[in-house]
Amino acid sequence: MANTILHKADTRGHADHGWLDSHHTFSFANYYNPERMQFGALRVLNDDVVAGGRGFDSHPHDNMEIISIPLEGALEHKDNLGNTVVTEAGEIQVMSTGTGVFHSEYNAYPDKTARFLQIWLFPNQLNVTPRYDQAKINIADRKNTLQQLISPDKNGEGTWLYQDAWFHMGRFDKGFSTAYTAKKQGNGVYFFVISGSFTVNGQELNARDGYGITDPGQLNITALTENAELLVIDIPLFS
Amino acid sequence: MDTQQLHILAIGRNAEIMTVMQRLLNTPENWKGLAVTTDEAALAAFDKEAFDIVLLCAGVTPDEEVALTSHFRQHSPGIIVKRHFGGGSGLLKNEILYALEHR
Repeated sequence: MANTILHKADTRGHADHGWLDSHHTFSFANYYNPERMQFGALRVLNDDVVAGGRGFDSHPHDNMEIISIPLEGALEHKDNLGNTVVTEAGEIQVMSTGTGVFHSEYNAYPDKTARFLQIWLFPNQLNVTPRYDQAKINIADRKNTLQQLISPDKNGEGTWLYQDAWFHMGRFDKGFSTAYTAKKQGNGVYFFVISGSFTVNGQELNARDGYGITDPGQLNITALTENAELLVIDIPLFS
Repeated sequence: MDTQQLHILAIGRNAEIMTVMQRLLNTPENWKGLAVTTDEAALAAFDKEAFDIVLLCAGVTPDEEVALTSHFRQHSPGIIVKRHFGGGSGLLKNEILYALEHR
């Protein structure tokens, strides 16, 4: 079995609903590709653009860890747990949906586009009590370093979730190199380029490309362009 | 059983979500679904109707999953019994298509 998988940006599923333009790295809704079901516990990676003032009406989720990372603009989140909050670029939102939660997500601004990543993980525990959390992340702190956004540790940097998964983001100068090693034995690592270009262990990756490595040792990352931004998801391979 | 239609039984403990599931399972023309919140209701429906797929939704415990799966497979060999994740439409169609292809 190959130990890497490359998901080029232009091979993703696509749905244009007018108010929502979404690219799906993995099978989702009406996009079905049996070769693109998941990368371990990483099940959904949607790259969403929401028109001003529009959004997702109240709808349910359960038994999924759902992460939203706004890249531009802001989302207004409401749920039946009593939360009404706005999440902006530089913040991160996590819902452990467990036994079930209803929520809506709207572009918080009537006249600005909102862009965000919507990521779903299979949880490591079923039927947990639903929870909502968000964390403010100082974007300046990811300059030429991999900044932790999420971990399984309730006291860790960023926020936490019910999975042995770690999320990091970095914004690198052209030519800057660093290394990453999986935090847990048996985990794989999935790279998603937010902007610019990189190489990961020699594999060139461009904006919105995804690259999964199932037997990661030391992973060498180099930015090929200025202010190149990368998301690194360290994730159990079996869920 | 109508071979043109896929008969789906969903069992979960969250009544509001199962109301949504009832609608989702009956939206595609070739699906016919029943969403229930108790094992008793599921077993009664199973006795009356032939199902192709059983989806175990949120709130069903691992022990209940084992017992239900055993019952359904004992009485209907070939039936697909699987966990449903996500609670809505995002993964539902994919889960069913994939399960049918890999039965």
